[in-house]
Amino acid sequence: MPRKQSSKTPKQLLQGHQTDLSAWRKGGRVDPEKSVQNHQTPYSQKNDRQQDSLEQAFCYFEKVQDCVSLKKNSVLQKHLATVESIALQTGLPPEGFDVLLKVALSGKFADTVNTCLLKSLIPASVIPESSIVSSVSWLCIGKCSSNIQLLFFKWLITVFDFIDHKEQIHALYGFFFSFLQDEKMCPYVCHLLYLLTRKENVRPFRIRRLLDLQAKMGMQSHLQALLSLYKLFCPELVTITLPGKMKTYFKNCEGPWKAAINAIRRRSQSNSPLSQPLFLGTAQPQSRKRKWNTQLFIPASSTNRNDLEQNRGKNLVDLYSASKSFPVEQLQTFPQLLQNIHCLEFPSQMGSVITNPLLLHYMNCIKDESVYLRLNYWMGQTLQEECPWCVADNQYEDEFKDFLETVYKTECFLQEGFSSCEEFLYKSLPLWDGTCCRSQILRLVSWIPLSSSSEMKSHLYDPLAQLFFTSSLYFKCSVLESLKELLQNWLNWHVIHLDSVCDSQVCSSNTTLSGLVNMVAELIEFVGWISTVALRLENNTTFLLYFILDFYETVCDTYLRHSLPLLIMPPAGVFYPALLSMDSVSLNQLCYIMYRYRTNLVAAKENEQSKKKILQFKFSSQTYQEYNQYLIAMVGCLWTSTAFQKDIHPQGLRMDEELLKKTAVQEFRSSFNIVYHPAMMGYAVLFLQQAWPDDTTFNFSLIKGKKWNWYLEYLYAQGLKGLKLFIESSINRVSQASHSKAGNTQV
Amino acid sequence: ENTDPQRIAFLLCKQWTLYSVTPLYRFSNAHLKNYSRLLTAFVAAERQKGWAVEVGVELDIKVAISSLPDLKGSDQDHAAILVQLFSRSPASQKNSEEKLIWSGWFCCVCGDEFFENMPEDFTCLPLFLTNGAESYTAIVGSWFQKTFDCCFHRLAISPLNLSWMAAMWTECKVDKTASAVELIFSVPGLLQPLDILYAIHPEDAKALWDTVQKTPGEITQEEVDIFMDCLYSHFHRHFKIRLSAAKLVKVSTAIASAHCDGIIKFLQSQYLIGVLKLLTELAISQIQ
Repeated sequence: MPRKQSSKTPKQLLQGHQTDLSAWRKGGRVDPEKSVQNHQTPYSQKNDRQQDSLEQAFCYFEKVQDCVSLKKNSVLQKHLATVESIALQTGLPPEGFDVLLKVALSGKFADTVNTCLLKSLIPASVIPESSIVSSVSWLCIGKCSSNIQLLFFKWLITVFDFIDHKEQIHALYGFFFSFLQDEKMCPYVCHLLYLLTRKENVRPFRIRRLLDLQAKMGMQSHLQALLSLYKLFCPELVTITLPGKMKTYFKNCEGPWKAAINAIRRRSQSNSPLSQPLFLGTAQPQSRKRKWNTQLFIPASSTNRNDLEQNRGKNLVDLYSASKSFPVEQLQTFPQLLQNIHCLEFPSQMGSVITNPLLLHYMNCIKDESVYLRLNYWMGQTLQEECPWCVADNQYEDEFKDFLETVYKTECFLQEGFSSCEEFLYKSLPLWDGTCCRSQILRLVSWIPLSSSSEMKSHLYDPLAQLFFTSSLYFKCSVLESLKELLQNWLNWHVIHLDSVCDSQVCSSNTTLSGLVNMVAELIEFVGWISTVALRLENNTTFLLYFILDFYETVCDTYLRHSLPLLIMPPAGVFYPALLSMDSVSLNQLCYIMYRYRTNLVAAKENEQSKKKILQFKFSSQTYQEYNQYLIAMVGCLWTSTAFQKDIHPQGLRMDEELLKKTAVQEFRSSFNIVYHPAMMGYAVLFLQQAWPDDTTFNFSLIKGKKWNWYLEYLYAQGLKGLKLFIESSINRVSQASHSKAGNTQV
Repeated sequence: ENTDPQRIAFLLCKQWTLYSVTPLYRFSNAHLKNYSRLLTAFVAAERQKGWAVEVGVELDIKVAISSLPDLKGSDQDHAAILVQLFSRSPASQKNSEEKLIWSGWFCCVCGDEFFENMPEDFTCLPLFLTNGAESYTAIVGSWFQKTFDCCFHRLAISPLNLSWMAAMWTECKVDKTASAVELIFSVPGLLQPLDILYAIHPEDAKALWDTVQKTPGEITQEEVDIFMDCLYSHFHRHFKIRLSAAKLVKVSTAIASAHCDGIIKFLQSQYLIGVLKLLTELAISQIQ
């Protein structure tokens, strides 16, 4: 008995506890230096005095023999006041509870004293389990009044989470259960049982007892709560449907303790255990009256698989062998998930996982085909039934929006698209007006799984293209954005599965590499096509061009970054508008993209040459040819001022000398180099102002020779990193001094 | 189609509301009794929310779940499952009279293609038919949804499918003097609802169909279209109303009657399986 030991050297032990206690308050770690320091402060001296008097009070209450009346006994008054004030200030140390509970429940004093003692039982840290066990035995002797019993139960519920262990208390379940018959105590006993109940406590005789009480007292919220917990553990024995409106199931029994505990907690700034939340299976609050078969968001509830299947009569052995599964209703925190991951079961309705991040984590760990099948069936049906533009007289667009949003988030979390969503998109896109739930639908597009390609054109590309061409600039940009996400998701998927294919040839048998390459190529070509048309429709708007080039930033790196043997150049309808753009951002982006194309193509060529064996996939010479054509045009424009003569692309800039002369533009040859290019001229002007502050003629021809190099440095310093990478990689500068002899380096 | 007419007679001449159901997860025929006990308690608890009910005790309501092994099209089909709700009068506890207040059944007739690659844990019974108050349908349906992770949805029948039914059922032979083939059309765009009932003598309808159908036992969409067009032009000749512009909402023949809202009545036991086959097909297409 810890109490006996402490009576030998009470002060030391108490101080020891105090040390532990202060450490506990700071988060559980013992820091001896700190506690020593604490004791040196005047505050701690005062603390010591308090501890002494508390110690004396405990001794007094332990030894007190006879019934003493409060009024006549000043010693009792003094000790009582000590306990009370210290309890309120700092809470009581663990070893105080045994003494005080014993006194309060043994009926030695009058009820006023007992009440006062019980009210002072505010834990500073923990309450030893043994003190609770012994007080239950005092309670059963029945020496204290029913008011004190009631107060004890209230106290026990409030401080339940402060009890250090609960195994022995669990063993007393039957004792607590027997207190149910007292009508006054029943609500509190129910509450306590609710906190204690485990599956093995739910027995047929107890259920019958509770049902008898229900018959006697009618519907009582505390009985409903306990019975619904019983139902959760043993649905094969009892069932109950809780009415949706209920908010509180247990009477507030926080009494005087909660406020004091909170005050102490605030003072010591510590995290004391949180009381566990109720997890009753009440109906979720719904924004409107829904039909029984169309629930968008389902609360997680356990599956009662074992209970359904153990139907060999009433097999008592089954009832006593505690089932190991952990009910999903009780799953509230991530540590709980980790502790119970071996005995967790998916909820009875898979649809509930999409709003439950913990179950999504669990889903990520479990590879089970039926899990996805269940989820897909539910999701497919729900999407189909609730889609506002597919179902007549459905005006719940906002709710559907939320649902789509949740589905999208789930896909992001799992990094995987659902086949039910894919089918939903294929079915509903042809009917879609492009406005209802726009951003949600377009986001879902980005998670279309990479599978069979036969359906993509007629189901996705065609309806999307129709909407794309007839909708606003912003819609066009959003479509491009989500197609970029789609491409990235496919490429990521490919990279992940590349690793797993190396492990075993079995997986991803239905998507061969060539099928995958074809699908990705089809997507890129589709985007190239709609981008070309969109740029014409929208007069080469920079905003649109930005989204298009953003897409190509992914495309130009597929070989190196995603190990996909595929590189597709942008169509001329994208390349030339970007090259001749009025905006330096677009030009810079294009330079970067061309630099990445070059890096990828060079790497591919090196790979081809180093590996003697014939590779399954090779970039066609056409890709290299296209790249070189673009490169000639680009270098011709930006650097050598020869684009009009040397551009050999059929849709390129090549023009007759005679025709160009007719334009009456002077120096037409150099009009697209890095000085005169409309996107760059602003930089050139600023550069001139800095280099020749006195010159106001804006003589651009001054930028040559050494100044040309300075100008380049100036441009790089302005953040044109793409231009820098492009020039440094693709332009072969023969002589640092003169730019005129530089040439392009083809791959 | 060697179905015992006696054992399915109770399915005839009643209005059944149609639902499609996604595959039931971990449903087992071996536990029907246990399901009955649980569903009984569930129905009782749902009827009086907040009142706990012990599973397995006698209540004023009873659910019986049983198997209807006759109702299937092929060996691969799962046997149909019948769910019946009885109310018991509390007055005479001993020989308490059980009164049927609601019934529903799950079935699958020739759903073979649907089973392909279906994992073992799933039971395919895509068609659910109910007769009785919708509040009970909701309770029973929610229990199945919660217990077997499936989804129920009303199964409407499109006008196109109704015209198929009209053609198919016209073809069938019925022994005794059969009732008329009746088509009900609703005229759209009117303030007052206007329905047109078009009744045809069954032999006339059969004669018309025989001239349309090329191969007996085989029906094509084209033939169905021609059949309906003939009926429309006949009607137009007499009443100057183009029925093709109205919506076909109900078809009734001696075999069965079907409403576009997804309500069906079977009239001939010998053709029950055939009608269920078509309905199974419609249900499967809704859940896929």
